[in-house]
Amino acid sequence: MIALLLILIPLIAGIAVFFIKDEKQAKTWSFVISSASLAVMVFALVSADPAYKTFSAEWLPQMGSSFTLQMDGLSAVLCLLTVFAYPVIFASTWKSKYISPNTFYGLMLLTQAGLLGVFLAADGLLFYFFWELALIPVYFLCSKWGGDKRIAVTFKFFVYTFIGSLLMLVGLIYLYYQTPDASFSMQSLYEVKLTNGQQGWLFWLFFIAFAIKMPVFPFHTWQPDTYEQAPTAVTMVLSALMVKMGLFAVVRWLIPLFPAGVLMFDNVVIGLSVAGMIYASILAMQQDDLKRLIAYSSIAHIGLMSAALFVNNESGLQGAMIQFFSHGVNVLGMWIVVELIERQFGTRKISELGGLAQKAPTLTILLVIVALANVALPLTNAFIGEFLMFNGLFKFNVWYAAVGGLSIILSAVYTLKMIQKVFYGNENGVTAKAVDIAWFEKASLVVIVIAIFVMGVYPKPVFALVQDTVTVILGIFK
Amino acid sequence: MNLILISALWGIVMMFSGLFIKSRSAAKTVALTGAVILLIGSLFDLAGKMIIDNNFKGMLVYDRFGLLFLVVIVFALLIYFLLNGEEIGKVGNHPYEYFALIFFIMCGVGLVALFNNLLILFLGIEIISIPLYILTGADKRNLKSNEAALKYFLMGSFSTGIMLMGIAFLYGAAGSFQIDKLNLPEGDNFMIFLVIGIVMIMIAMAFKVSAAPFHFWTPDVYDGAPTVFTSFMATIVKASVFIGFLNLFSNGFGGTIDKWKLSIAVITALTLFIGNITAVYQQSVKRMLAYSSIAQAGFMMFSVFAINDMSKQGLLLYAAAYCLATIGIFAVLVKMKDYTFDGFNGLAGKQPLVALVLTICLFSLAGIPLTAGFFAKYFVLSAAVKTGTYLWLVIFAVIMAAVSVYYYFRVVQAMYFKEGDNTQEIEATPFFKGLLVTIAVLIILLGVFPSLLLNWLTVY
Repeated sequence: MIALLLILIPLIAGIAVFFIKDEKQAKTWSFVISSASLAVMVFALVSADPAYKTFSAEWLPQMGSSFTLQMDGLSAVLCLLTVFAYPVIFASTWKSKYISPNTFYGLMLLTQAGLLGVFLAADGLLFYFFWELALIPVYFLCSKWGGDKRIAVTFKFFVYTFIGSLLMLVGLIYLYYQTPDASFSMQSLYEVKLTNGQQGWLFWLFFIAFAIKMPVFPFHTWQPDTYEQAPTAVTMVLSALMVKMGLFAVVRWLIPLFPAGVLMFDNVVIGLSVAGMIYASILAMQQDDLKRLIAYSSIAHIGLMSAALFVNNESGLQGAMIQFFSHGVNVLGMWIVVELIERQFGTRKISELGGLAQKAPTLTILLVIVALANVALPLTNAFIGEFLMFNGLFKFNVWYAAVGGLSIILSAVYTLKMIQKVFYGNENGVTAKAVDIAWFEKASLVVIVIAIFVMGVYPKPVFALVQDTVTVILGIFK
Repeated sequence: MNLILISALWGIVMMFSGLFIKSRSAAKTVALTGAVILLIGSLFDLAGKMIIDNNFKGMLVYDRFGLLFLVVIVFALLIYFLLNGEEIGKVGNHPYEYFALIFFIMCGVGLVALFNNLLILFLGIEIISIPLYILTGADKRNLKSNEAALKYFLMGSFSTGIMLMGIAFLYGAAGSFQIDKLNLPEGDNFMIFLVIGIVMIMIAMAFKVSAAPFHFWTPDVYDGAPTVFTSFMATIVKASVFIGFLNLFSNGFGGTIDKWKLSIAVITALTLFIGNITAVYQQSVKRMLAYSSIAQAGFMMFSVFAINDMSKQGLLLYAAAYCLATIGIFAVLVKMKDYTFDGFNGLAGKQPLVALVLTICLFSLAGIPLTAGFFAKYFVLSAAVKTGTYLWLVIFAVIMAAVSVYYYFRVVQAMYFKEGDNTQEIEATPFFKGLLVTIAVLIILLGVFPSLLLNWLTVY
């Protein structure tokens, strides 16, 4: 029941917010609603009653599809990340001005409903529905409120992901006809017996859809442009939450459905991911635009996660799933800083900034912590995930770990260089009038920093949540 | 049977009321009355209560699929009249005659949906085609309209000839016009004539539904015809011919499926490719919709290709989704002066409600989930996957569906994200807006619960 509530709250509120013409009220209500979702999610986590975590209703009985939601450990982690991110996003972008704010906030909440639906759906067709529905509001958000080149860039993003999901739909329909009871339910799909040949090509129909969403090299070309052009609040949603859809779908659908396909192509996928890590890290070092820098750094991090999902050992899987959450938190922190800088100085060019540390000490301290987490320093949340993932990669094949490990060094290079140029050095005309940040912006960054440290020192709750999923996945291959 | 009778009679009523009623605006009222009676009649058909319950020695067959399809079509006609009634009157000097011709076409539609005999099919197709030639040329002073009518007439007559020839071959081979008697045992001496007949009819039907490579008339005719009639041709007529196509091939030629399946697959692939790729390059929304109707025909071809229970459900849903969305878009287009994509710039600012409905219609055509168009595509593609062969065709189709997003979204982009310096005025009465909203609601309802329509196939 709670699972349904999680989707319904942002869905209904999202539609309602369209009718609140007043900017301040629209903002306040969106914040309140998203906090309410967070409260509901926390309640679902602490209550032990399993009845809360599933929901099933009749939807399309003739087609063997039902409205079934199920919150297992991994989906709980990602739902928590989603409902945690939204209030933070709203608070940190409080001062941003949008034309027709009611539409903006309404669409943001609808995106949240779609995302939660993807993480909770336990029915193939329902999953596909939410997968697409999360995309539609984002299309409008980016095209309407983005930068100068927004229309073309967003359209590229949309068509890319649309092609991917349509291929997945064909695969899904094919699978449906292989089920003994003609059903889209997750259990029936899991039980389908396929030959190795079938698994081979079905694997790619699904994987391309997920790879575009993540994005894995070479399907990533939409990503830097879209992140750059989208309004930062939407970029936060895209990079902290939406890319997790692809990673999550690999765990929930791809690996259980096509284990033989995974074993056939694990080297290809890991090879692409590792290549993408190095490639994106090198490109990140060249960037002058803060948004593009973080976009490329995000590709590198995603590459590591997607590689670790295919190594087929415990530490790799554990690490990746922990990192789903950590990466979401960290990248959110990075975007908040970008948002604050851009709003104050009207530029995101690293070369035009400098000397912020003297003017905005709090911002600097908070940013440095977030940035160190991005480099995966010990004591921060990302360290645990990355350590486990490299460990898993090492067990799979030493060379992948060795080459992939370079990206850690490179990430330190571009992150520290960015801090150095933006926050230290001499101030210039642009940054001379800098002021420190407002309390709610500070609060949202502090929340992020607390999350970074808590997870870095005491990751056990998240481990406990994802352990079921890890066991299930490993069980498939035995 | 009710539908065939009432539409023929009301066509005559319309013609004579043109003589006796001087007021031109009354034409719409008389036509609407007719459409409502037609809808009631077709509902009675569906319930099995007919004025003349006779199948004319097996020449007609009252199966539930055909009858339900006719209800959907008549419902679409009613919405079409409600939205476009005013505009039809403005096309020329003979509003009563235009409505009368549309009613005659509905009589042909009834025959095409319920035929069980090749002659009835031929009659139905002709009764549909001849009034269409006239409607295309209805704008007498417009050269493009005249050209389109002549072109349509010449090419249409030619395809009719091919169809008749095909029927003759089939009769020669099987010795009957009844479509359930058209099967020959494997290795029969006359098999070759049967196949020639099937191919000829396939060509003629492909011409009528504007499937490639027999689609060349479509863009010119759709572009040249008065826009209100383009809307009618591209939706109601096209969907109706498809049910004839499907019935003929599933009931009549089901036994010889391996002989023609590849040809249908090639026609489908070509139609999808040409329709979608050419639509990308159009500058006028009206022409884009003409090519989009070719592309959509490609998807409907899947139902003919698959021939199973899913394909019937799919075609039914497709007809409903496609007719609703296209009629909605054309109804707005008719009221605009500038048919280019730029003409839509900034429409969302001036007419937010109209823009929202148009967006839902376009999403439905593109097959985005939550709209009827998604399930329409889902069912026809699913029917094809179910056959277990030609999976490449399905994958090709979804890639083409992604291409279609390009030109449908251009309109959305123009409406929402571009500023118009001279946004056109659209006079949208509250009644017109209410109808558009009804269309949008229906599209979304069918997009969440397609069973609302499909249940009627089985429930009595």
